[in-house]
Amino acid sequence: MEEKAILELVRIEFPAGVRETANSLGDEVAVIEKGALLQIAAFLRDGPGKFDMLLDLTCVDYAREDPRFEMVYHFFSLSRNQRIRIKTRLGEGDLRISSLTSLWKNADWLEREVYDLFGIHFEGHPDLRRLFMYDGFEGHPLRKDYPLRRRQPLIRLKE
Amino acid sequence: MTETQKKRPPAGQFITTQFNSLLGWARKFSLFHYPFVTACCGMEYMSAACAHFDIDRFGAGWTRFSPRQSDMLLVVGTITQKEAPVLRTVYDQMTEPKWVIAFGTCAVSGGIYDNYAVVQGIDQIIPVDIYIPGCPPRPETVLDGLLKLQEKIQHQDQDWRWKKKRS
Repeated sequence: MEEKAILELVRIEFPAGVRETANSLGDEVAVIEKGALLQIAAFLRDGPGKFDMLLDLTCVDYAREDPRFEMVYHFFSLSRNQRIRIKTRLGEGDLRISSLTSLWKNADWLEREVYDLFGIHFEGHPDLRRLFMYDGFEGHPLRKDYPLRRRQPLIRLKE
Repeated sequence: MTETQKKRPPAGQFITTQFNSLLGWARKFSLFHYPFVTACCGMEYMSAACAHFDIDRFGAGWTRFSPRQSDMLLVVGTITQKEAPVLRTVYDQMTEPKWVIAFGTCAVSGGIYDNYAVVQGIDQIIPVDIYIPGCPPRPETVLDGLLKLQEKIQHQDQDWRWKKKRS
């Protein structure tokens, strides 16, 4: 399959779901609509692209932009040695996005991490709890509006 | 009664001061250490503890992985807020007498991690005897810190079981 083809295929398959496509430093990038994520991910995994591995899943907080958050997914095809990056934006008003745990098992902890540090809610996640921070921790520390000096010690500290 | 016998100090006082320094001497050369290794400083701890730099020359070679059998706690690396209760428990489980070394900048002050997750110096959780700076400290620095701790142990007021409590 040609290098260009996979983005074209996604475009043809989901004409309403794909907002724009690009090639960034040799990697395929597609910016998609939030609602189409699960279908596009399933198509990438089971379709001709054979992107059978979820490399990483993370979030970026563009504090001054609207919509504010951007989810970034990296997929890798083991058989074709190719990567693809999927991005989608989330506004502050609606922080829900569908979970990828039904397609990839490793999305479980990755999504828990993003939930812990950014406060994104993954719908369909089997066990959405904090991963790094402890119970009783307030707020989401990697958000740009989390106060830099705010400390929430777990036990009482000496001054 | 001869002249030398007259000059001798009273028996009790003589024995007390000498016993104090004997205990200090015994304790400073028989430090069993518990390595609480959490981060990259552990590499330097390993090189300091193993044959190249050989911490055993100073009588602190015995690593015990039970806090109940050790009397020197080496806090090696970054301590997060989530880990703080664990460190406190380990310290509480150690039997007296016990000493604590803060190994590396993170344990001393939090280091570069001035953020929501990291305790800004382990002296906010447990008492610390010796601070060893460095990111990570060279093994020579570690040995220097160990010698300073031994000096401290030698000169401090020793506590033992049948000693009368002052208060």
